[in-house]
Amino acid sequence: MYAFDYVRPASLADAVKALGASEENRPLAGGQTLIPTMKQRLAMPATLIDLAGIAELKGVRRDGNAIVIGAMTTHADVAGNADVKAAIPALAALAGGIGDPHVRNSGTIGGSVANNDPAADYPAAVLALNATIITTTREIPADSYFTGMFKTALQPGELIKAIRFPIGAKAAYSKFEQRASRYALVGVFVAHTGAGVRVAVTGSGAGGVFRSAPLEAALAKGFSVDALKGAVVPSTGLLSDIHGSAEYRASVIPVIAERAVAAAR
Amino acid sequence: MAQDGIGASTKRREDYRFLKGIGKYTDDINQPNQTYCYFLRSPVAHAKIGKVDLSVAKSAPGVVAIFTAADLEAVGGVPCGWLITGKNAQPMKEPKHPILAAGKVRHVGDPVVAVIAESLNAAKNAADLVSIDYQELPAIIDMRTAQTKGGEPVHTEATDNMCFDWEFGDKAATDAAFAKAAHVTKIDLVNQRLVANAMEPRAAVGVYEIGTDEHTLFTTSQNPHVIRLLMGAFVLSIPEHKLRVVAPDVGGGFGSKIFHYAEEAFVTWAAKKVGRPIKWTAERSESFVSDAHGRDHVTHAELAIDANGKMLALRCDTFANMGAYLSTFAPVVPTWLHGTLLAGQYAYPAIYVNVKAMFTNTVPVDAYRGAGRPEATYIIERIVSKAARELKLDQAEFRRMNFIRKDQFPYQTPVALVYDVGDYEASMQAALKLGDYAGFPARKAASAAKGMMRGIGVCSYIEACGIAPSSLVGALGARAGLYEAATVRVNPTGSVSVMTGSHSHGQGHETTFAQVVASKLGIPAENVNIIHGDTDKIPFGMGTYGSRSLAVGGSAIVGALNKIIDKGKKIAAHLLEASEGDIEFKDGAYTVKGTDKKKTFGEIALTAYVPHKYPIDTVEPGLEETSFYDPKNFTYPAGTYICEVEIDPRTGTTVITSFVAADDFGNIINPMIVEGQVHGGLVQGIGQAMLEGAIYNDKGQLVTGSYMDYCMPRADDVPSFKVVTTVTPCTHNPLGVKGCGEAGAIGSTPAVINAICDALDIDNIEMPATPERVWRAAHAKTMKAAE
Amino acid sequence: MPKIAMTVNGKQVSADVPANTLLVEFLRKDLMLTGTHVGCDTSQCGACVVHVNGHAIKSCTTLAVQANGASVMTIEGLAPGADLHTVQAAFKEAHALQCGYCTPGMVMAVVDMLKNNPKPTETQIRHGLSGNICRCTGYHNIVKAVQIASGQAVTA
Ligand SMILES: Cc1cc2nc3c(=O)[nH]c(=O)nc-3n(C[C@H](O)[C@H](O)[C@H](O)COP(=O)(O)OP(=O)(O)OC[C@H]3O[C@@H](n4cnc5c(N)ncnc54)[C@H](O)[C@@H]3O)c2cc1C
Ligand code: FES
Ligand code: FES
Repeated sequence: MYAFDYVRPASLADAVKALGASEENRPLAGGQTLIPTMKQRLAMPATLIDLAGIAELKGVRRDGNAIVIGAMTTHADVAGNADVKAAIPALAALAGGIGDPHVRNSGTIGGSVANNDPAADYPAAVLALNATIITTTREIPADSYFTGMFKTALQPGELIKAIRFPIGAKAAYSKFEQRASRYALVGVFVAHTGAGVRVAVTGSGAGGVFRSAPLEAALAKGFSVDALKGAVVPSTGLLSDIHGSAEYRASVIPVIAERAVAAAR
Repeated sequence: MAQDGIGASTKRREDYRFLKGIGKYTDDINQPNQTYCYFLRSPVAHAKIGKVDLSVAKSAPGVVAIFTAADLEAVGGVPCGWLITGKNAQPMKEPKHPILAAGKVRHVGDPVVAVIAESLNAAKNAADLVSIDYQELPAIIDMRTAQTKGGEPVHTEATDNMCFDWEFGDKAATDAAFAKAAHVTKIDLVNQRLVANAMEPRAAVGVYEIGTDEHTLFTTSQNPHVIRLLMGAFVLSIPEHKLRVVAPDVGGGFGSKIFHYAEEAFVTWAAKKVGRPIKWTAERSESFVSDAHGRDHVTHAELAIDANGKMLALRCDTFANMGAYLSTFAPVVPTWLHGTLLAGQYAYPAIYVNVKAMFTNTVPVDAYRGAGRPEATYIIERIVSKAARELKLDQAEFRRMNFIRKDQFPYQTPVALVYDVGDYEASMQAALKLGDYAGFPARKAASAAKGMMRGIGVCSYIEACGIAPSSLVGALGARAGLYEAATVRVNPTGSVSVMTGSHSHGQGHETTFAQVVASKLGIPAENVNIIHGDTDKIPFGMGTYGSRSLAVGGSAIVGALNKIIDKGKKIAAHLLEASEGDIEFKDGAYTVKGTDKKKTFGEIALTAYVPHKYPIDTVEPGLEETSFYDPKNFTYPAGTYICEVEIDPRTGTTVITSFVAADDFGNIINPMIVEGQVHGGLVQGIGQAMLEGAIYNDKGQLVTGSYMDYCMPRADDVPSFKVVTTVTPCTHNPLGVKGCGEAGAIGSTPAVINAICDALDIDNIEMPATPERVWRAAHAKTMKAAE
Repeated sequence: MPKIAMTVNGKQVSADVPANTLLVEFLRKDLMLTGTHVGCDTSQCGACVVHVNGHAIKSCTTLAVQANGASVMTIEGLAPGADLHTVQAAFKEAHALQCGYCTPGMVMAVVDMLKNNPKPTETQIRHGLSGNICRCTGYHNIVKAVQIASGQAVTA
């Protein structure tokens, strides 16, 4: 790792100030993506602003018809949280399937959503559940937040404070893992609400997480496994790598979607 | 049976330190005033090295010294330990393997510059400031086209990139057998490149004492004496009495820590240059491009069968990738450890094999768990299953029809080996029973009802262990003897220290060897201490690989113990005033035949060191003996494995629903440890079949250079196993043992692939059989059915 | 250089370390607690697992400064003196280690697993071990050890 400075502010205001001090500064959450990147000398921040000291970024609260999860809440805490389990069990289950137990004890929802890894799990939940990203400057709806592989609508100096997930969808996430990394090769989050069906696919899109129009159309006719029979996902725009060609991913996505629909509650 | 003696599942004594976190691995060793070494490695596969500018780096903070090939001109290259002679008596091409790349880089990861600094970070920061002008050349990656590709060869010594073209067996007899065959089965196989991935990355600490002119190297090695010999004599010209090599606790080897590596020679050399100890520890991504890889064969094989289903002959053409340089034992792996194993468990009269070994711009390839034998077994056991399928014979039955029968031992194979003993039918029967082979059709039907495809795969493997009779390997090109040595030192109060040339890096020698000593001397195992891994403490021995530790190293211990017991008889005869011929040694005591006169082993030991009443005219004081054991033959573990899989055709996901292993390892000293060796081997073999593979792109970049992409088997990738043993004791070593370290890795890979092919009803599938590959095969099947 | 203070295995320690020091480096180099190992550089193998404030984390993916003020437990602190913790004893009983390199991380992972789920099924055990790579044992006996440590019937 290159040398850097480190601060652990106690308030959000101090964090924003420290972050704004230089374009080379970076927030540090669970470190499960940032530290490996720095170890490989692929990132060279001037100062790391550790968000761990900011109490208001941590924890889960129920806010009317929504669950609001603080950016610094770990995957393990989301997976084990009674409110999340009761209100959006699919989200708790998703968090419980990220990486491995140790990663889940460190990694955070804010870090994951800020990072927007094309194979990460949370982005699928955020997109399918039509969540809102609450930042230090604004609220960003999911549909305009993910802007490409490792790209988001976040501006320099802007921090995620929390993510607000509406309650009420019949939902589930099913993940088909890339066996080496355990990230998603194909991950499908389905959510069925009065407003319709949203299907988000992760692990497969060349531009990161995306909503699948053909699957949403099929499920709009009836939220059931049968409705997905014959649904075809085109391979254009899908990733091709040593772990799976675009063609393969395209073929597996509807199968994983079926599993998600079958598990939805 | 002595308590904790031969046959007991004694708990391992080494566990305590490992469980408490107080083991001593190489990277745990720190020296006062130590510096850190970082190797700047080639980012490209093939290039001429132009200008190397160190000027800025040299003045970076914390830098102690920086070296390149220019500084190492007086130093030898990394030697190869085995000379293969090919067709027409052509010796293999043996280009120099410099410690730091000289003039050219030949694979991604080839070390070019070594930076020594006060800390690893300082060394890395300085390395960033080194500028190297690489004039890139087209990379030679595919061994099949390496000969004809043209362009600049990997080495000028081998303009067609061929290291050797070796043949073995009776070509005329093989051709004749094929001419009269009723059926010929053909198969094309890729035994893909693997990375051993012992969990402890390689590390080395070099120390030089100016006062005594002595060098010490702490290194992650399976064989410290081999390193001392190769490095001292061939690389650094350090006489052996001035060079100590210590391999402390070593975190797994699987072959990859047999070889002498450039980094350990470098830190030993440079420690004297800079006058300070130097530590180097590989990071995993560095291990991926600097540890010797394994396997990497491409084979076309043909099997001739007569009208009665009797196998007549096997013909194989193999390309073997050597990588960019010859690693220590690389040439013997695809030749003598491969060609001689092609008879398998079968009585077929003719075999011919041709192996073309190629240089490519990839990491050197050498022995990996099994070394040559898995490649041979894969060929035989895949082609035999394919033949059974073509002939519509049951795969187990077809094997049994062709087995070497129990009454045919000792059995001379057409490929030089003489199998001393075995009972292949017994292990086959044990496996069929344990795997409920008979019940498979019902299970298959149940899977089909769920839309799943179930398959069963059999593999009857043989391997050759206990490497090896020195005169034989000498005739075959080995540049060393392959005996083992042991010193047994009985201490004055009767406890025993054993110094063995074998090395334990997970195998539990400290426990197993103590059990052997306890049984032989009739003393509690806790009174026995096993010392290994330090050339200053142990006799010259060849180390641990090829499942040789017990069969060869254990035999040396028995040899030394026999000398101890015999000397004790002389002392006992004197004390008991009897003739030596009347003294018997049993259960830890010397007695005079037919009397109750007796001296315990402890009393004799004390007398040997306090020789007041002693046959001093004829017997020296003290009780310490050394024995060198040179094996009389290889040992031949064999067995049958049965794997059952269930495939989801929609995703290609393959689940191993059952795996049974029936092995014949001869006599067993510690069943618990043997089972553990089998489990570990099985998972490595399953890893090869389903998960692992080192993939190079055509530029020579290792695409699977970390655990993000190189798929290591994890707990949830594999099932629990059912493991049994059948026993035919080895006939030519004193313990009757054969070796168990590699069998699991050898036999499991074909069993899994045979099961997957059976499930999909196909002839072949490439490894690793990833979900996508399985899905494609299943998909092609359904498309064809639909036509 | 940040000054850090934490409790490691019940003892208060403090030091000045560069911010780019990993927790595992601090443990191994500064505190000479070499029981915690490093098996990879991409945060995948789990050889480095320790407990921070009671949770299993990868000390190779944690900065030493992040643990400032925390309570850290390593393999060396799991059982007092010469004792073996139940999980350590079960590993020995079941022959769940060979070279021992993955073992400290494995044991720390299992202790955490059983804290959260005292009676895991075989499937849960295997999933729970997915953050720890062992190249030697084939996992069979590790599963067995977890079953023994959790007082359950052995299925492996
Ligand atoms: C072995 C392993 C396996 C993994 N497997 C999976 C998996 O299966 N699925 C999956 O989804 N993920 C997986 N991950 C990634 C893991 O979930 C990470 O925790 C996550 O991607 C990043 O979260 P973090 O809290 O660790 O963030 P960090 O690594 O600390 O930060 C990540 C990025 O986000 C920025 N950032 C952090 N917090 C904020 C904030 N509040 N506002 C703005 N920017 C911020 C940082 O500056 C950095 O650029 C895995 C990681 C590892 C090491
Ligand atoms: S060292 Fe591999 S995960 Fe930490
Ligand atoms: S015991 Fe060697 S890696 Fe697990």
